[in-house]
Amino acid sequence: MGLPNASGDLSTEVEVDAFRRLFPLRFFEKHLLESIRPDARPLGRARDTTIALGAVASANGSALAKIGSTTMLAAIKMEVMAPSIETPDEGCIAIDFHMPPICSPIVRPGRPAEAAPVVAKQLSDTILSSGMINLKELSLVSGKAAWMAYLDIYCLDADGALFDAALLAAVAAFSHLEIPVVSLNDDGKIVLSEEQGLSDREPVNKEKRKVNLGSIPFSLTCILHKNYILADPTAEEESIMETSVTVVLDSSSQLLSLYKPGGAVLAYTSAIQDCIALTRQRVKELQKILEEAISGMEVD
Amino acid sequence: MEVDREDGRSQNQLRPLACSRNILHRAHGSASWSQGDTKVLAAVYGPKAGTKKNENPEKACIEVIWKPKTGQIGKLEKEYEMILKRTLQSICILTVNPNTTTSVIIQVVNDDGALLPSAINAACMALVDAGIPMRHLAVSICCCVPRSGLVILDPTKLEEQNMKAFAYLVFPNSVHSVLPEGSLSVQGEPIENGVITSVTHGVMSVDDYFFCLERGRAASTKLSDFLRRNLQHQSTDSSKAG
Repeated sequence: MGLPNASGDLSTEVEVDAFRRLFPLRFFEKHLLESIRPDARPLGRARDTTIALGAVASANGSALAKIGSTTMLAAIKMEVMAPSIETPDEGCIAIDFHMPPICSPIVRPGRPAEAAPVVAKQLSDTILSSGMINLKELSLVSGKAAWMAYLDIYCLDADGALFDAALLAAVAAFSHLEIPVVSLNDDGKIVLSEEQGLSDREPVNKEKRKVNLGSIPFSLTCILHKNYILADPTAEEESIMETSVTVVLDSSSQLLSLYKPGGAVLAYTSAIQDCIALTRQRVKELQKILEEAISGMEVD
Repeated sequence: MEVDREDGRSQNQLRPLACSRNILHRAHGSASWSQGDTKVLAAVYGPKAGTKKNENPEKACIEVIWKPKTGQIGKLEKEYEMILKRTLQSICILTVNPNTTTSVIIQVVNDDGALLPSAINAACMALVDAGIPMRHLAVSICCCVPRSGLVILDPTKLEEQNMKAFAYLVFPNSVHSVLPEGSLSVQGEPIENGVITSVTHGVMSVDDYFFCLERGRAASTKLSDFLRRNLQHQSTDSSKAG
């Protein structure tokens, strides 16, 4: 079964799967001419996105986010620690991104993925500079005790757009986070209160509370190839057309990051404006999906 | 509107630039680049035979090693290595020497703001010194958005820390061509307006970002002229034996 082609090159004699492996760029370009991609998406559409909150029962906040096949599991564990001297009434957030060998054939135990520390740093910068979490909310006793939130994001399936999925999982985990109840015991240390019945110790915070989220960041990665802009690439598309632009906008349309790490295609002003417009649309979609997931949890 | 900067520069004024090539004798190409007090040393070894395991053997491969001034190598250094690698891959002609690896080593001598742009400029000059074939040069600049006021260029470390947001931008160098005006433009815009790399930190509005791009393009023309004069001057008076 060959591809219909009048120019008489190899494509008429070769099966579709073989052509896809042997001539990946030509395979994609044939699709792009018709303004469609091999998975039948139009150029500007992102893959189906789902969020499941509370995926890890033992964590204080967790979420599983899937964009197409890319799957990210985020979990937050809270610990009490002494705040630093320069910021006595602020807590702390430590963000780490892991790519275990399960996610992709190119990651082996002795050979960590190149992308992992880069995505971890980008996530850290984006979340901390977005002002989504006010660190002063994480303070317990000024100067003595504050919350440290350890956010770990595990990539379970790496199929392109890793940063987008990781950011979505992190944001969803924070929206699910409940700060546990603690009280001061006789030694002046903070301990977790087991039940409400213990009345001899005064709880420091009365009940499990959710964190107030400021403006939430959402992102979209686009690939630039000649004159085309493809939103939300799969891993195959990313490896063939290497120029990617990641735009992070928050809910008030402020630009948190416009990340274009090199790439053969130069980005002119019109391309950048198109990417930002696609990201704005995507922000609205993601906000809706996140709100549905949160309200779904609250009904339970 | 006048902005007071600590060292008395105006908003669009760059710090004094200094660049020298061929300073290391064992390296195939080397360059030292300084913008004010920020100084970076770059060395290029290559092309060497063979590519790394996951790289495409039909093209040349570029490997970047970033050495900070103090401390261990962490995520920041890995990120800079990746950004530098992808930027340099987009300016080098990779099909000329397939199945080879070119190593670029960056040593930070002093960090006083705009470190990544200085490193990109240094790496580019070192590649020229090594004779690696390139499409065009990469000219890099840092633009920041202060809390109030207009965009300023080339901040010092103190200024960078006090800014609301900053952007590292890399453009191709400006072209002096014998061909008629407009024949080298893409979509009606000249090639030097395209962005090769953009890395931003902090929150800024979309309009601020486009303003940064404009200021960055204007500054990249000045930087391109500096590079051109520097390269021409050194090539006319270097007398390499053999």
